[in-house]
Amino acid sequence: MSLVLDSFLGVLALALALRVLLAREALAAAIGFVGLGLVLALLWVRLDAADVALTEAAIGSGVTGLVLLRTAAAAKPVAPQGVAVRGLAALIAFAVFCGLAALVLTLPEPAPSLADEAAAHLEATGLGNPVTAVLLVYRALDTLLETVVLLLALIGVWSLSADRDWAGAPPPLWRFAPTPPLVFLARILPPLGILMGLYLFWTGADTPGGAFQGGAVLAAAWLLVLLAGLRAPPAAGSRRLRALLLFGPALFLAVGALGVVFAGAFLAYPEGIAKPIILVVEAAITASIAVTLGLLVLDPPQPPGPLPVEGHSSP
Amino acid sequence: MSVARDVFTLLCLLAGAGFFLAGTLGLLRFPDSLSRLHALTKADNVGLALIVLGLLPQAGSVLDGAKMLAVWALVQIASGTVAQLLAQLAHGERGAQALADSAAPSPEGGPT
Repeated sequence: MSLVLDSFLGVLALALALRVLLAREALAAAIGFVGLGLVLALLWVRLDAADVALTEAAIGSGVTGLVLLRTAAAAKPVAPQGVAVRGLAALIAFAVFCGLAALVLTLPEPAPSLADEAAAHLEATGLGNPVTAVLLVYRALDTLLETVVLLLALIGVWSLSADRDWAGAPPPLWRFAPTPPLVFLARILPPLGILMGLYLFWTGADTPGGAFQGGAVLAAAWLLVLLAGLRAPPAAGSRRLRALLLFGPALFLAVGALGVVFAGAFLAYPEGIAKPIILVVEAAITASIAVTLGLLVLDPPQPPGPLPVEGHSSP
Repeated sequence: MSVARDVFTLLCLLAGAGFFLAGTLGLLRFPDSLSRLHALTKADNVGLALIVLGLLPQAGSVLDGAKMLAVWALVQIASGTVAQLLAQLAHGERGAQALADSAAPSPEGGPT
């Protein structure tokens, strides 16, 4: 039975990937990409990798899919490239595929793994989830850099606005008047979303979950409120917003620097109180990640005042 | 007892799958956006409800059953709202007259 299910999911993932590649319109490709992410998340669940599945669903399919969908909807259709360019792209992609396949096939049996090593030192961290231990203890530097990369991505989005609009607010998410059902949904779902987001962050210490997944759910709850027009997008120049964006990475960096003084190495935690410190850092980066992801989905800041909405009226 | 439970599950799942099939057929074959949306939301509503209903007796614990009910309830409110939003977009593409209708708080905004 499980073999049938797994092969079905595998074939479905390949078919969806082909559909994304062969789609004629960018929007169709983006829709296929979101569906592909969902199937990949299910495949990760089948592989008992719940942490990866959650991240794939929340970040890979959810937030990235939303960004791609909005980009595809806004982008002007372009004429397809010539056969030579597409052939070259296919050739390069195939070469990369062959390289990856060769690497995977030449892995020694059993494949090299640090899983035992990671589990052996789990007790010293006070954490129960080895994935979180890797992310926030063994490879904390990578996670610190990831939070900074998110900030860089947001600066990239904001850079698309004109100089004089730099401190303005992103335009509303939805160009129509919000319907009563949407307003209703935006009133009852965010409390659940906030609960779920906080739970994902909190449970990440011992079971699958974490700052990025929790942050993505919190961002989704916030975007829903913006979608229904219950709140306006914040001005990019707002000091409070910028402080919130920097809070997580800055605290992470400060804790890392303190580690030099108290534990003898950058990003090292003093023995015994590692877990509380990790939770505080995770709480801070969850908040910053949530705001950053939400702002990444929104458009770059635009000048204040009535907006030129594409031919449709919004009251 | 256990046989009756399995038969109940089987019947509910078959009926639910039937709704999903019919909804998908409607999505593929109906001529315009609003009809397609109408077909799709029926699959979401009744199809998923029947599948959850059929799986409830098989749930290992009360918590598992509550989770399935929560999934169903969340899909209910989300898909109903999304259908409204899509209907609004479909209206918008039909031109100025339909737009004026959709901007006004009309009772027939779309199928839920």
